[in-house]
Amino acid sequence: MIDYITDNRSIILEALAQHVWLSLLPVVIGAVLALPVGYLAVRYPRLYQPVVNLGGLIYSIPSLALFLTLPAVLGLRVLDPLNVVAALSLYTFALLTRTVADALLSVQGQTTQAAFALGYRPVRQLVGVELPMALPVMLAGLRVATVSNISLVSVSAFVGVPNLGSLFTRGLQLDFIEPIVVGIVLSVLLAAICDVAIVAAQHRLTPWSRVGAR
Amino acid sequence: MITFDAVTKAFPGGNVAVDSLSMELPTGQITVFVGPSGCGKTTSLRMINRTIEPSSGTISIDGEDVSKQDAALLRRKIGYVIQNAGLFPHRTIVDNIATVPLLNGVNKKQAREGAAELLTRVGLDESLADRYPSQLSGGQQQRVGVARALAADPPVMLMDEPFSAVDPIVRESLQNEFLRLQSEIGKTIAFVTHDIDEAIKLGDNIAILRVGGHLAQLGSPRDVLDHPADEFVADFVGRDRGFRALSFLTAETLEVEPVRAYVDRKDSVRLVLDGSGKPQGWTSNGTGDLRALPSTFTSHDSLRLVTDLAITSPAGAAVRVTADGVADGVVAHEAVARHLTAMRQSER
Repeated sequence: MIDYITDNRSIILEALAQHVWLSLLPVVIGAVLALPVGYLAVRYPRLYQPVVNLGGLIYSIPSLALFLTLPAVLGLRVLDPLNVVAALSLYTFALLTRTVADALLSVQGQTTQAAFALGYRPVRQLVGVELPMALPVMLAGLRVATVSNISLVSVSAFVGVPNLGSLFTRGLQLDFIEPIVVGIVLSVLLAAICDVAIVAAQHRLTPWSRVGAR
Repeated sequence: MITFDAVTKAFPGGNVAVDSLSMELPTGQITVFVGPSGCGKTTSLRMINRTIEPSSGTISIDGEDVSKQDAALLRRKIGYVIQNAGLFPHRTIVDNIATVPLLNGVNKKQAREGAAELLTRVGLDESLADRYPSQLSGGQQQRVGVARALAADPPVMLMDEPFSAVDPIVRESLQNEFLRLQSEIGKTIAFVTHDIDEAIKLGDNIAILRVGGHLAQLGSPRDVLDHPADEFVADFVGRDRGFRALSFLTAETLEVEPVRAYVDRKDSVRLVLDGSGKPQGWTSNGTGDLRALPSTFTSHDSLRLVTDLAITSPAGAAVRVTADGVADGVVAHEAVARHLTAMRQSER
């Protein structure tokens, strides 16, 4: 095992680096897209159900199928890593629109009514009151999306985009256990580190959600 | 002064919440909107700061039509307190209080200083400034809610059942402090409650509304109790309105018997005093056990309190004390009744 790692250090590290940006960039893109759509689904209640349904629909498309059809839709080469970024952004978007909408819905009520009656204008109320209050629920959704992306990226190795998943395919082809173990361990470690990072961010951003009721 | 002029609110679907309401809320006074649920009292209140827009009619504050003003700026000039306080859970107490000054562009430092002062003003310790709302009790949160409403020093305050979600003991102390505060600040206040006792206690004026948003009667608490406009009002203020009306009469002219007469009594329940003359309790002859601490009144208390004390005391009498707590007279419930009869006769 040690021999395999030392001999293939650069391959492993490159696969890891690929894996990181292929999984995390879509989280950012998906989240940025999900925020306004989730907001609109709350602002215009008639949109809520269609948006939730659309999200569910997108999420139900098998990832391998998406990796293979997107190039045709986007006009990219099959091996272009941008296909992976696009596909995973779509999944993140699908997952997070509902989270954003539900998080914003969960803070409607007395507090937002009070904000309105105290003289908040809509944008400031959204930024200053509703989003901060919705943050704990939204970050919980972000954790799921991030971990799910890190796991999904591996599948794209089957269509030839290099990442930690490539270690699995290589191991399978060569009937060789070491790369598979290294791939799994690194993938799980990466997911765990990202998860802990988001929890730490939440800890810092929402000190109020930790203080217990008297 | 807040003026309602033929204000009507009909919701989509035809439900009329407020029906052609015309009334005035005098400057510097507390006007209480009271009535059963569905009488449009909260809707009336919310139309003042335009969180609900009337279907027709005008509401003006000091002669200025509120519908002509920028809604957000209007609201910042009107303090607002709701049930359960509605504090922002993600902001500290001091930042909650500073909300409206911050919206108005006051710098953070100045807004926080003002907020910290208000904290003590509403009877809270300054050490709570950096806590979050969930760390405070319901009563404390409600005080913060009042402080938040006062932060920009608005001339007008709207209070929507602000004290109904706390327990009776806390409610009583919040009410008393609210009255003390109002005597200092003299805001024009519109106050909504479903509790007629609260309305009588707090209101300079009471507007009694009936279901469908009709004004049944507008008057002082005493007016409403003594001369209910119709059966609905009489029924709403309750069968015991005669007893409630005693709240407005003080015990000043009530004649008392000497304390000695009760201390030296042989035949029944006796009053026990300590060395300095303060009442200790009632005792039955023979057993020597103290039966109950006598509740006491001063000549400034209401006849309602005296009556209540007299009829619940084991001796059938209430003990009057001086400001130092020394017993200086006793009045039996029969004497209270005679006093009331005499007052009724002299009124004619």
